[in-house]
Amino acid sequence: MSGTPETIEAAFTGSRGDFLLEVAFEAPMRGITALFGPSGSGKTTILRCLAGLDRMAGRLSVGQEVWQDDDAGLFRRTHQRSIGYVFQEASLFPHLSARKNLTYGMRHERPSTEALTFDEIVSLLDVGHLLDRDPSTLSGGERQRIAVGRALLSQPRLLLMDEPLSALDRQTKDELLPYFEMLHRQLTLPILYVSHDIAEVSQLADRMVVLADGRKIAEGSLVDILERLDLQPATGRFEAGVVLIARVISQDKAFNLTRLDHHGQTFSIPAVDLQIGEEVRLRVRARDVALSTESPTGMSIRNVFAGTIVELREEPGTAFAETLVDIGGGRLRARITREAASDLSLKIGRPVFALVKSISFDRRSLGQKAV
Amino acid sequence: MNTAELWSPIRLTLELASITTIVLLIIGTPIAWWLARSEARWKEVVAAIVAVPLVLPPTVLGFYLLIALGPDGPGGWIAGLFGGRSLAFTFEGLVIGSVFYSMPFVVQPIRNSFEVFGDRPLEVAATLRASPWKVFWTVAIPLARPGFITGAVLGFAHTVGEFGVILMIGGNIPGETKVLSITVYDYVESLKWAEAHILAGGMLAFAFAVILSMMLLDRRLGRPGP
Repeated sequence: MSGTPETIEAAFTGSRGDFLLEVAFEAPMRGITALFGPSGSGKTTILRCLAGLDRMAGRLSVGQEVWQDDDAGLFRRTHQRSIGYVFQEASLFPHLSARKNLTYGMRHERPSTEALTFDEIVSLLDVGHLLDRDPSTLSGGERQRIAVGRALLSQPRLLLMDEPLSALDRQTKDELLPYFEMLHRQLTLPILYVSHDIAEVSQLADRMVVLADGRKIAEGSLVDILERLDLQPATGRFEAGVVLIARVISQDKAFNLTRLDHHGQTFSIPAVDLQIGEEVRLRVRARDVALSTESPTGMSIRNVFAGTIVELREEPGTAFAETLVDIGGGRLRARITREAASDLSLKIGRPVFALVKSISFDRRSLGQKAV
Repeated sequence: MNTAELWSPIRLTLELASITTIVLLIIGTPIAWWLARSEARWKEVVAAIVAVPLVLPPTVLGFYLLIALGPDGPGGWIAGLFGGRSLAFTFEGLVIGSVFYSMPFVVQPIRNSFEVFGDRPLEVAATLRASPWKVFWTVAIPLARPGFITGAVLGFAHTVGEFGVILMIGGNIPGETKVLSITVYDYVESLKWAEAHILAGGMLAFAFAVILSMMLLDRRLGRPGP
């Protein structure tokens, strides 16, 4: 029994003390699949089972290779699995220089012509000037870049990343994210990315597996999952939002704005350094979206989209209601008060205008277009 | 004063301590590794057995070793294979005795240093497709270097200073089992104060040098790398 060539199929069941895990999911052999959930949801345990660092009952196939099959008594140990693993802390070998860390697991035979060489990895991750340094003299971001390079140089078939940004401060995170986006563009390698940060996932992932209490509660494309109101609060309250694929149409030098087109409607956001024609993903948080039943005039808000309410969900016991508004080619989530929903008699099918303040966007709202 | 008479126990003691230290590094390392990594519940029993010589009176340890090494013990049986009758009162017997006596001083620091870096570096190496054997040699051993240095120095120094065990199993055969500590005792017993002073002073200087260099080394290795 072997897996299908184009997917990773995993199923694990087991317990750790009081914690029970029972999960089965699939991920494609390309792009970034996020294992998303709050701490204690089992994401790291799953990743460790994928790596063979932990063992639970189950089955795992990566493409056509079967790495674990309890029925057949098959279990490949960690060093027999073609993986790269990036831990939360860079975990560089303290007794080796940055260069020796990079080359520790280096494979000289390249599995395909797409595989990157040492020089290519060094230049992509911009670590050439660090090679002869001792790990203890590197900054957090530099260490994590070396750790990523080290994992990639072992020419893995699957890259596993366990919250690689969460031990870093905001500034270092912002410094590293572009590298991760670039890897996403440059590599055909599938990446399983564990995170509890919906903003990070929105920026990087193509697919999501949403976990809570050791179980999978949803699985699908990033855009689809983020539009689902029923997944709340698993996908966040304060940070909840959708992702739209938009294209840069102009740079307004006079007002320092970048204009993006999304299916004929225009977003204005504070200027970002992007080429005209470039496709980006734009994250719009539910709490940054307001609704109006009439076309608003005389208003500072720059982004106004005509649409229709397609879903409305009140949150009992709170002041809030979540709505999903179809704006043609995409959907926005709006988090409003239940009182407002009642005053405006909002209901499914009702035409509305969705309003988004330009200043609610920043560099962190943008990500590379999904593959 | 007979210089040769002074040099013979010094040479013998250095030989005994060197061989004992090498043997202990070879057999102590796997024991320390197992004690550091195993999840077996009874591993602390093994740890206690290794540590017993720390608290046992040396004469008691020596007494049991004498029986074990003697003609009726396993030592006698081994000696029989080589045409001897007993391992007691031989240099080989001293090595065996010293290995037991000094084992905790070698195993404990190495075990600590295997424990201190945790699982993570070993897991990282495994994800980079290093076999357990390669992980051991390229990650565990280099990271445990301070423990090996401490263990080797302590094992060596402790063997140099051993007296009670040797008195029980080695006796006082010049060139064979008459080591420094016994010689000092002998000189004092026969009122040869000058010779006793030379050897005792030398051992004092040696002990001081060992402890000082250990402390300096500890400070240097304790600091983050260059």
